[in-house]
Amino acid sequence: MSCCNAAGSAARDAAAGGEAAADAPRPAGKDEMLAASRPLAGGAVETHFAVPAIHCGGCIRAVEGAVGALPMVQGARVNLSTKRLAVTWRPDAADPDAIFAALDRIGYKAHPIDAAGADGDRTLKRLILQLGVAGFAAGNIMLLSVSVWSGAEGSTRDLFHWISALIAIPAVAFAGQAFFRPAFAALRRGRMNMDVPISLALVLAVAVSLYETAQSGPHAYFDASVTLLFFLLIGRTLDHVMRERARSAAATLQRMVPRGATVIAADGARVWRALEAIRPGDRLFVAAGERIPVDARVLDGEGDVDCAIATGESDPIAVGPGGELPAGALNLSGALTLEAVKPASQSFLAEMMAMLEAAESAKPRFRRYADRAASFYSPIVHLVAFATFLGWGLAAGDWYRALYIAISVLIITCPCALALAVPVVQVVAAGRLFRHGILLKDGAALETLARVDRVLFDKTGTLTVGRPRLLDAVVQDPDLLALAGALARNSRHPYSTALTEAAEALEAQAAPPTLNAIREVPGSGVEARLADGTAGGALLRLGRPAWALDDAGEDRAGVALSRDGQLLALYRFEDAPRAGAAGTLAWLEAQGFEPEIVSGDHRDRVAEAARTLGAGRWRGGLQPADKIARIQALQGAGHRVLMVGDGLNDAPALSAADASVAPATAADVGRRAAGFVFLHEGLDAVVRALDIARRARSLILQNFALAALYNMIAIPIAVSGYVTPLVAALAMSGSSIVVISNALRLNLGAGRVTRALDRQGRRAAPAPAAPAAPAAQPRLEGAA
Amino acid sequence: MSHLVFLIPAALLLGLIGLAAFLWSLRSGQYSDMDGAAWRAIEDDEQDRRIRRAERESEGG
Repeated sequence: MSCCNAAGSAARDAAAGGEAAADAPRPAGKDEMLAASRPLAGGAVETHFAVPAIHCGGCIRAVEGAVGALPMVQGARVNLSTKRLAVTWRPDAADPDAIFAALDRIGYKAHPIDAAGADGDRTLKRLILQLGVAGFAAGNIMLLSVSVWSGAEGSTRDLFHWISALIAIPAVAFAGQAFFRPAFAALRRGRMNMDVPISLALVLAVAVSLYETAQSGPHAYFDASVTLLFFLLIGRTLDHVMRERARSAAATLQRMVPRGATVIAADGARVWRALEAIRPGDRLFVAAGERIPVDARVLDGEGDVDCAIATGESDPIAVGPGGELPAGALNLSGALTLEAVKPASQSFLAEMMAMLEAAESAKPRFRRYADRAASFYSPIVHLVAFATFLGWGLAAGDWYRALYIAISVLIITCPCALALAVPVVQVVAAGRLFRHGILLKDGAALETLARVDRVLFDKTGTLTVGRPRLLDAVVQDPDLLALAGALARNSRHPYSTALTEAAEALEAQAAPPTLNAIREVPGSGVEARLADGTAGGALLRLGRPAWALDDAGEDRAGVALSRDGQLLALYRFEDAPRAGAAGTLAWLEAQGFEPEIVSGDHRDRVAEAARTLGAGRWRGGLQPADKIARIQALQGAGHRVLMVGDGLNDAPALSAADASVAPATAADVGRRAAGFVFLHEGLDAVVRALDIARRARSLILQNFALAALYNMIAIPIAVSGYVTPLVAALAMSGSSIVVISNALRLNLGAGRVTRALDRQGRRAAPAPAAPAAPAAQPRLEGAA
Repeated sequence: MSHLVFLIPAALLLGLIGLAAFLWSLRSGQYSDMDGAAWRAIEDDEQDRRIRRAERESEGG
């Protein structure tokens, strides 16, 4: 565990800290666990858990050791690539909470995920299989072709050609399906993609070679077609691996949204029911720390509710009987009995999903580089080949030779380098982003990010960490703060958490006094009696000033600490800015991105945050639809917009924007809508992602230029009829290697921006929730 | 020419053995966790640890 504490603790703290604050992890019930499990023979079940904190060999041993030691567990296996844990256990006499408890003891948070989806990736397996077959065929045919090139003649050459045909035809028929199917699908819809010229070249090359072989001709292209297929499959597999990795990483982040809730039946019994089965009018029981499953009204109980994920407002709201709550709100204190108002299909969440889909379809279509290249490239190549055929046929009168040369043009212009140009760069870029804790959803996101020229930020949870921090913590009386911390420890209200943290940071000289009869009053605060030997002791209260103080005449904000109704201290809080927030805004401003804050929070609070962060442009009190309108207005003015946001209310805006980034602490829907997700606390991830996307874009364009250069040399040779199979093999391998090497340059040396960020990171270790951000500002500006 | 009768089938057979080995490794899930496999290779297993402890004790005593 030693390396975990040192090297990767930042990542884990970010993940674990965010989770603890935003979504107090709650052990899933046995019903939920079994619903997500896969039954095995002999009564055991296999359950998959996402354990985001696993990141090294020490973690593997610790997790497998701890879980494997439980009596009901038959086997535990960690998959480090997907950060998942597969546990085989016997459910009959066991409590699944023991698994969570065992992981919790060694400091790992886990949540069960659907075992059905964790079955492995069939497409990838198929691609690797095709890659293996193509590689085998390419190697063996090349072996025979080298003999032919070095001078085998007569019946030996024919024999070698026939053996090549025997290997090549089944290999192309099987492994080529990765291209034939999409090509066929595109043609049927009357569209053109890169797979069409590839398929055409493959099929024609094999057909003409077979004819040549039957005629005892000197040239057969079996080696070229199979090697081509092998290279192209490498590109296709890399592309798929990248998408799959991002997808599974995002799935791992997904927390258990309440897929059900505890329903109070007519006879008072409490039963767990799936989300879809909850009807309006059902009475629900939501304990402290749980999320509200559907839009509901409070029947009984009082408490504080955190609606930040739904509305973007940073302060928890006190609710009592009659109050309405949106689905997704987090119940912070006190048990609530609710009445469901709407079924899950019409909840606030579902409304956001509908808005998200509408925004998605209204967004300007982006055509990927590869598709644009294909639509430009394929007609030219086919036209050149056709012209060659006509030209040679009319000039020489030998129509078979004309066909042969036209096909050799198609083979040599086959977009081998072009098909590798984009995926290789994107895989390398995704790898770099991954090392900086940024997950990329797919290649298109990388391409759109590179073209962005305006950036919009949400406030709560994005520019700020979304949890309050005690103001002026250093000037507080340490003894009183220790007392407040001792009281606050008994509540999970965000203000209490902030007070506890501040008190612990003091390393209190005096031990906090012993407290008796500690009681949380939902919606008001925490009270306790001081155990000072006297009967009863003094009554201490920490909470809403109106409740804690006898003299509540004036309307005071903040949290009061009182003794027998007399004020001892008043604490005020602010939502701490994310590390690097001010520096990021300054850099974007200097680069002409005109960053703007769009928030659902009150105007005053947004103005205050904008002032702290040095942001010139801000809008407050926005509804989700207003955010979309703002994005569409910018898009209408010809800009490409990057949206950075985290809340449920940001999800439609995230999908309306050209590119989008969300922190890992974002709502599930937000993370799914975003093209990028960053795992670390610092907002400089946005700058890094922009930098890498732009460099990837210039490398892709360079690769296209290299491919064009290659064709400018190769096409005249092919058209004039000088291409032999040896020339084709050399030219195609050469161009592929050049393109791949160029793509790998993304790994060599960091860009200017990344270097500046790394320097800054070395000078001042990023301290979350510390005001290090303003200090970073001049450095970033200097680097830019 | 006659030696080709043996050499070519031999070459193809070797290639096929390689392909079969690759397919077997793919099926048995050896590519499902490349990062984990890299770490597991340098982990001591239980027996190694016991041997090393015994060695340390014998050196000390």
